[in-house]
Amino acid sequence: MSTFVEEKPTQNLEAFHGVKKVPHEEYYTSGHRTCQACESAQIMKLMAKAAGPRTIILGSTGCMYVANTSYYATPWGVPWMHTQLGSSGSAALGAAAAFRVQMRKGVMKDEPINVIAFCGDGGGADMGLNGISATMTHPDYNLLILMYDNESYANTDIQISGTSPYGVNTSFSTPGKMKRIMNHRWKKNMAPLMMVGHPTCKYVATISTSYPLQAMNSVRRALTVGGPTFIHCLNPCPKGWDFDPVLSFELGELAVNTGIWPLYEVENGKLKLYGKTKDIANGRFKRLPVRDYLLKQGRFAHFIEEDIEYFQSKIDEMWNNWLVPGIIPLQKDLEG
Amino acid sequence: MATLTVPVEEKKKVQEQEALITGAEAIAIACKLANVDVVTAYPIRPYDTVMQYISQLVADGEMDCEYIVAEGEHSQFEIVKHASVCGARVFCGSSGVGWMYAMEALTVSPALRVPMVCMVGNRALDDPGAFGVEHNDALAVRDLGWLLTWVDSAQEALDTALIAYRLAEDSRIMVPLAISCDGAFLTHSQALVQIPTAEQVKKFLPPYNRGDLLMHPDNVISIAPQVNEDWVMEIRRQNYAVTEITCDVIREVYAEFEKNFGRKYGNPFFEEYMTEDAEVVLLGMGTMSTPVKVAIRKLREQGKKVGFVRLRWFRPFPGPEIAKCLERFKAVGVIDRDFSFGSPNLSGVVATELRSAMYTGAATRPPVLGFICGLGGREVTVPDVEEMTDIVFQAANGKAQPLTQWIGLRS
Repeated sequence: MSTFVEEKPTQNLEAFHGVKKVPHEEYYTSGHRTCQACESAQIMKLMAKAAGPRTIILGSTGCMYVANTSYYATPWGVPWMHTQLGSSGSAALGAAAAFRVQMRKGVMKDEPINVIAFCGDGGGADMGLNGISATMTHPDYNLLILMYDNESYANTDIQISGTSPYGVNTSFSTPGKMKRIMNHRWKKNMAPLMMVGHPTCKYVATISTSYPLQAMNSVRRALTVGGPTFIHCLNPCPKGWDFDPVLSFELGELAVNTGIWPLYEVENGKLKLYGKTKDIANGRFKRLPVRDYLLKQGRFAHFIEEDIEYFQSKIDEMWNNWLVPGIIPLQKDLEG
Repeated sequence: MATLTVPVEEKKKVQEQEALITGAEAIAIACKLANVDVVTAYPIRPYDTVMQYISQLVADGEMDCEYIVAEGEHSQFEIVKHASVCGARVFCGSSGVGWMYAMEALTVSPALRVPMVCMVGNRALDDPGAFGVEHNDALAVRDLGWLLTWVDSAQEALDTALIAYRLAEDSRIMVPLAISCDGAFLTHSQALVQIPTAEQVKKFLPPYNRGDLLMHPDNVISIAPQVNEDWVMEIRRQNYAVTEITCDVIREVYAEFEKNFGRKYGNPFFEEYMTEDAEVVLLGMGTMSTPVKVAIRKLREQGKKVGFVRLRWFRPFPGPEIAKCLERFKAVGVIDRDFSFGSPNLSGVVATELRSAMYTGAATRPPVLGFICGLGGREVTVPDVEEMTDIVFQAANGKAQPLTQWIGLRS
């Protein structure tokens, strides 16, 4: 079979088998000024550690740009470059193309270099979606787009984005005297959007910083599988979600245990659920009520019972009625 | 030791090929000769023919590059921006509102010191829709640190593209550069063009070297961090420093070009046509030079001593040089294929800039009349030029004229 697709070799980054096997070297260190218990900063650290030194990282505008990278105080131990808010897809594509052509022409040492572009939910699910989508259609380039999702424009005063949860109180959706719920939208289902919409995308995963080993191994797997890959990470945000920083880790777990945030990876079309998500799907673990998750956060403090019920009903629907529970929102009873 | 010397003229004949090609094709060939590494395309008329030619060159194996069709101009320019930072020589382009759609990427490129070379196929900005030439698209980046040049023939397009890479990638410059080609009149019009050989170009154009600004795992740097009020002024000043020396580097590069290829452009900044004994001159950019020159020859037959100055470089604006050139005439008429609504005297962009240059640079200041003409692809006709010349002569003879007039307008 002949093809004009030219795949390049990737680095073979094997999974870390246990936290004790994780190397000590950090490529995202001191210098940033993110908030206490910032889970978005946590995924930056895990991502860089998982990728290792032969990596370049492109970061689109967001709190992981502004809070992270002050002049003369960069936390990055690998090359890092700012890219515009909607440009993570284009940034990764441009870098991968530049390396590829220079290696082909013999003006740069031929080696697999990890190209990672990260974006927030605003940069990825809103403004940068078309660029990421286009990038996901290119089979010839090895790159990873990692979207850290704190469910708001957390750098600019906390405003709703395409991944903000239903009913959330943000500075663009504050409850008022007449309307308690200003955000009627439902969170964009980004990882399935990438995998279903882009057959060229060989690896998609959802991760959480409350499961750091799995998060790092997903990054390593994405970089090893190669081609255009996408990871969606949920990152509790003490400032934007309005909770005590000690709860960051617990909220990440609760998001999974309530079934709000399913953890899975899809490699070459094969879906693998992991952790509690797998147990929920197998019926070995009963989903916790969403109330446990919602009421720990000030952004839902205005919710009354019927709001919680509505939220719960949407999550129940996701697990009970969807063709692939928690992931693909087609109804189980297909016609014909 | 005996050496074989070949006369320059003969050598040239052997090496150069002549072809009947459009302005867009000429730039595509220049990209091939410059061994460009990454090209990004997105369709919009009239610039996009350059990308059709490049696509064919890649498919035919004549050009080795990453040829990426983006999903919009913003991505198109962001992709080459990042490729350039990673060490690749890049080419890109757009027209009209496509250029505006890319504006964010265009804005950040000068401070990032990205020497991307772009072709703007000048086109009117929507709305209402028009495919034809207007210069407001490219002019939108005039304050941002871009180098901007206008060419008026396919030959000049090819030559300027080669000059562009050498200039933009010069370690003293390192800023983006746009070559403006009037939509249809140049992008789609064929002319005979001398095509240099790859060897000639290789001698003229050194490989792109980003030095310690290169993004690569061997060079651990952080690019474009948040600087705020602490440093942004100093960084702006670095781009300003580029503008202080660009005119000198342009002179150097044109001299090198002449030495390598034998084609002479004389003064790189502007072309003078029949100005030697002229009493008044018209001034403009791009392909309007053709009807203007035809009209001037006609007017000369009637004894009217009028000349033409065609501005090649708008950024950097050759202020002192052009002021020195124009101070000797009795009046100057600037033909703007653009508008600058609400500007001083309500003139076009070029007239406004020129008056500013004359105010400080000219020993005597003749009246500078502004004409808005040929918008949206409307032709600048010979009668238009005759009319404008008439008005300029009246001003030269002391009869006050409005500072801005629209020419060729339907009543």
